[in-house]
Amino acid sequence: MQLLIQEVLAGLANGAIYALTALAIVMVFQAIDHLNFAQGEMATFSTFVAWQLIEWGVTYWAAFVLTVALSFAGGIAIERVLFRPLHKAPILALLVGFIALFSILNSGDGYIWNYTIKTFPTPFGTAPLFGSALLDGHQAGMIGVTAVLLGLLYFFFRGTRLGLAMRAAAANPESARLVGIRVGWMTALGWGMAAAIGAVGGMLIAPIVFLDPNMMLGVLIYGFSGAVLGGLTSPGGAVFGGFAVGVIESLAGTFIPYVGRDLNLTIALLVIVAVLMVRPTGIFGRTVASRV
Amino acid sequence: MMLEVRSLHAYYGQNEALHGIEFALPEGGMVALLGANGAGKTTTLRAVCGMVRTTGEIRFDGTSIAGRTTEEIVRLGIAHVPEGRGTFVRMSVEENLQLGAMSRRDRAAIVRDVDWIYERFPRLRERRRQQAGLLSGGEQQMLAVGRALMLRPRLMLLDEPSFGLAPLVVEELFAILAGLNRETGVGMLIVEQNAELALELAERAYLLETGRIVFAGPASEIREDEAVRRAYLGY
Ligand SMILES: Nc1ncnc2c1ncn2[C@@H]1O[C@H](COP(=O)(O)OP(=O)(O)OP(=O)(O)O)[C@@H](O)[C@H]1O
Ligand SMILES: [Mg+2]
Repeated sequence: MQLLIQEVLAGLANGAIYALTALAIVMVFQAIDHLNFAQGEMATFSTFVAWQLIEWGVTYWAAFVLTVALSFAGGIAIERVLFRPLHKAPILALLVGFIALFSILNSGDGYIWNYTIKTFPTPFGTAPLFGSALLDGHQAGMIGVTAVLLGLLYFFFRGTRLGLAMRAAAANPESARLVGIRVGWMTALGWGMAAAIGAVGGMLIAPIVFLDPNMMLGVLIYGFSGAVLGGLTSPGGAVFGGFAVGVIESLAGTFIPYVGRDLNLTIALLVIVAVLMVRPTGIFGRTVASRV
Repeated sequence: MMLEVRSLHAYYGQNEALHGIEFALPEGGMVALLGANGAGKTTTLRAVCGMVRTTGEIRFDGTSIAGRTTEEIVRLGIAHVPEGRGTFVRMSVEENLQLGAMSRRDRAAIVRDVDWIYERFPRLRERRRQQAGLLSGGEQQMLAVGRALMLRPRLMLLDEPSFGLAPLVVEELFAILAGLNRETGVGMLIVEQNAELALELAERAYLLETGRIVFAGPASEIREDEAVRRAYLGY
């Protein structure tokens, strides 16, 4: 029992990062109807920026806030410079855009900060929380920071006019224009927020997986899986999916004999495929149908 | 003139849907745009608010708005109630109304305006928390009009506001529109299949046929001209 709770909690801690990644993917997907598979590279780049700031002597939380702000601006810049001109381009051109972004950021990391693996600090410590073996400080921090961020985002989308405008622009761009919403800017804002959310995820996972240019590759697969599992049309679903993938991964690794540890990714993906066979749009997703 | 359109052409890809039309709407006026299916009525409204590619001249309050983006044009005070209503179906009635006021900053006045809409459309007040997609067709039409009014528009473009409504509801809706026009001086350009009704309401009418204006004049003139009515309006 102790082990079960421990593995579920560990799964939730990693799942928090998958949830953030899934949410960032869904935010861009809602805005442009395409999967941003450079999301992981954006997060990694942000994490390198944070690492650099800390190296220069900036305190952790100042670096954290600064990195989130810079990433937000960077996300907007990516949309304006790269994807705005491509927004009516054929899918292959867009694909090239994503590949370009992916490789620019990936090799940019390596060029600026080289490929050696770096440790990344955590402000939460790694001592067992409350002296129990259930959860360590950093894992609790991952869950806590994610919960706060998700709460803020929920308030933003449900309780503010700008959040309402963003939802409207994603749901029905043409109608949104007809009420005067600047849909192009809402798309840019979606990119900015996705980049900022990714930055938080990157900074939280880096102490565990260590920082290098390919840090987010694995995380991105889990994030995608979470997004698809929960439903690409549902931000809440994506968050749920991310946490679920984390827990499934953790439990599969511990409780399935022999193969568990090595095949936990495979098992997680199998579960997802099984779900999708029953519900192709994900657990909370829906088919996009318009009423005429 | 509130709205002035000259030699307006509109294109869908290579196809030209409007072949140089010309019309005007006086300050606070009510003008009907009539014609058979496919004549280009919807296209004309879409052209005014920058939703199709056009050439030619479109002036709103004297300034040229041709080539501007839809959101810019809307922010100048032109509210479009599109064919098929364009409601945000997964959002609540109240959120739809809030969205209508998205380009405004005067929050206190927005709250009052929502209330004012509910007074005119009590059905919407009853359903304010409901998803807009679950409203009946008529209720959605009311919501679409209400949402357009939340902009506090100077000009409304209404694309078949009577579509799918029961005759009694149509009368009710048109009475409300006429009242708004009288009380607030909002200009209205109305596209209608129900020509008889539109001609009662409007002062002036234009008849479109395959992208060209074939008749223009006071509404009363069309009502009395049996030949025109027979030929173009079928009654
Ligand atoms: N999205 C589109 N793409 C291509 N052609 C279009 C499009 N929309 C309309 N058309 C064409 O433009 C012409 C005018 O269409 P429009 O929708 O303006 O007609 P309408 O007068 O509003 O008709 P209705 O009474 O049926 O609504 C038609 O020939 C139609 O086929
Ligand atoms: Mg039409």
